[in-house]
Amino acid sequence: MTTSATPTETGLVLKPHEWPGRLIIVEGIDGSGKSTQIRLLQRWLESLGFLVFFTEWNSADLVKKTTKRGKKNRSLTPTTFSILHATDFAHRLVTNILPPLKAGMIVLADRYVFTAFARDVVRGCDREWVRKVYQFAPKPDIAFYFRVPIDTALRRITQTRQVLKDFEAGMDLSLHVDPFESFKIFQGRILDEYDQMSAENAFVVMDATLSIAEQQRIVRAVTTERLSNYSRKPRIA
Amino acid sequence: MSAPLQFFGAGLPYLPPSDYPGVLITVEGTDGVGRTTQIVMLRNWLEVQGYGVVETGWTRSPLIGRTIAEAKQGRVLNPLTYSLLYAAEFADRLEKEIIPALRSGFVVLADRYVFTAFARDVVRGVDRRWVRDLFGFAPIPHLMLYLRIDVATLIRRVIARGMIDYFEFGMDMAMGADPYNSFKRYQTMLLREYNQLAREFGFHIVSASQKPERIQQSLREIVSKFFASRRFQGTPGSALDATDGNIDSGPPDRLLQSQAT
Repeated sequence: MTTSATPTETGLVLKPHEWPGRLIIVEGIDGSGKSTQIRLLQRWLESLGFLVFFTEWNSADLVKKTTKRGKKNRSLTPTTFSILHATDFAHRLVTNILPPLKAGMIVLADRYVFTAFARDVVRGCDREWVRKVYQFAPKPDIAFYFRVPIDTALRRITQTRQVLKDFEAGMDLSLHVDPFESFKIFQGRILDEYDQMSAENAFVVMDATLSIAEQQRIVRAVTTERLSNYSRKPRIA
Repeated sequence: MSAPLQFFGAGLPYLPPSDYPGVLITVEGTDGVGRTTQIVMLRNWLEVQGYGVVETGWTRSPLIGRTIAEAKQGRVLNPLTYSLLYAAEFADRLEKEIIPALRSGFVVLADRYVFTAFARDVVRGVDRRWVRDLFGFAPIPHLMLYLRIDVATLIRRVIARGMIDYFEFGMDMAMGADPYNSFKRYQTMLLREYNQLAREFGFHIVSASQKPERIQQSLREIVSKFFASRRFQGTPGSALDATDGNIDSGPPDRLLQSQAT
């Protein structure tokens, strides 16, 4: 269903950073288990004595009131939705992500710009435009993409909290009157977008149907390898 | 007669195809040049002739305007978020006011347009290419008016007005604690950017150091010529030459040639 997506080469890739810290991010649709995995990674890195800073999408509240107001009366267009989230991200980047990176710490981010690349395009924004807007974001040192079939994701969500949020199901896009069907269509398109950007952005693609422990073993192995040139006490500017 | 809208970049891909018989006129100029006064007069003049006019202004979006005001108050904005918030505000007005009005054949008078962001954000240190790309969803105006002023005149005018605005004075840019120096440096950089944009985009330049009535006359002349060249008629039977009596018939400014787009 989602394996047929042909890669879209936009040529607009993020630029690598040169700060002493390391940026590790996780991406995937809701219910892919990415948050569980990043939490386990955090515990492990901390147990090894690394200084870790965790941040998640939408934790900044610069535009929270506006997006809330807009979502309530459905007055956000795809473009305003996109830019408001970019504003929020830029705020989070400058205040939360860059300082620990510059200070030589390990930053773990639950969702990064790729969430916007997928979601905003599905909502109707131009693919290249969205990538241009986020050109200010540094390229992560590791990007884990948790790939999961829609049905598995849906089952995980409904088992843990029984309700689907309207926006997670893309209800405002009027794809289907039934939230479950709408979720499948909407998240299916998101999945396609992730698949298409995977190669260009050097995602570490994880089979998110594996057991939690098995996935974590892989995550830790990849992290160990990629952090081999990371200095725990780097010289900072 | 009505051409499709042209955009700076990819535009808004999800817009349903439509005719846009309206006309988008933008008025740019730094703080204190009398932009708003001129627009009010221009609007009256157009309405007397029977044109439907919709006015739109920077930061006036009901959804996001307040967010900007609050964020400025709290001084939590960095150059990136400053730029992005204004882009969101503009996008909101574009899709809810400007585009519907153009679709319905109105003359849209925009009090500031994306050029304000192009100038301000670059002065604040944001990448020039990036700001342009960000606003790739904006339509290219049909007519761009620019009220140009020199720094000395501007400084006196703003000081006489008696209000010191933190951002207008560029004091978020940490150029020192002295408001006068900060304002002068900020506005000098801003005017340099505007003048460059004027050349790049073919603004119709009107000197803002003249008397308001003279400025208005020049603006009307430019608009009349533009309407005539475009054969634009907002209302059946509204004849542009009915107002020719109000306009000085001096030699046309060399900058008044209709632009090539």
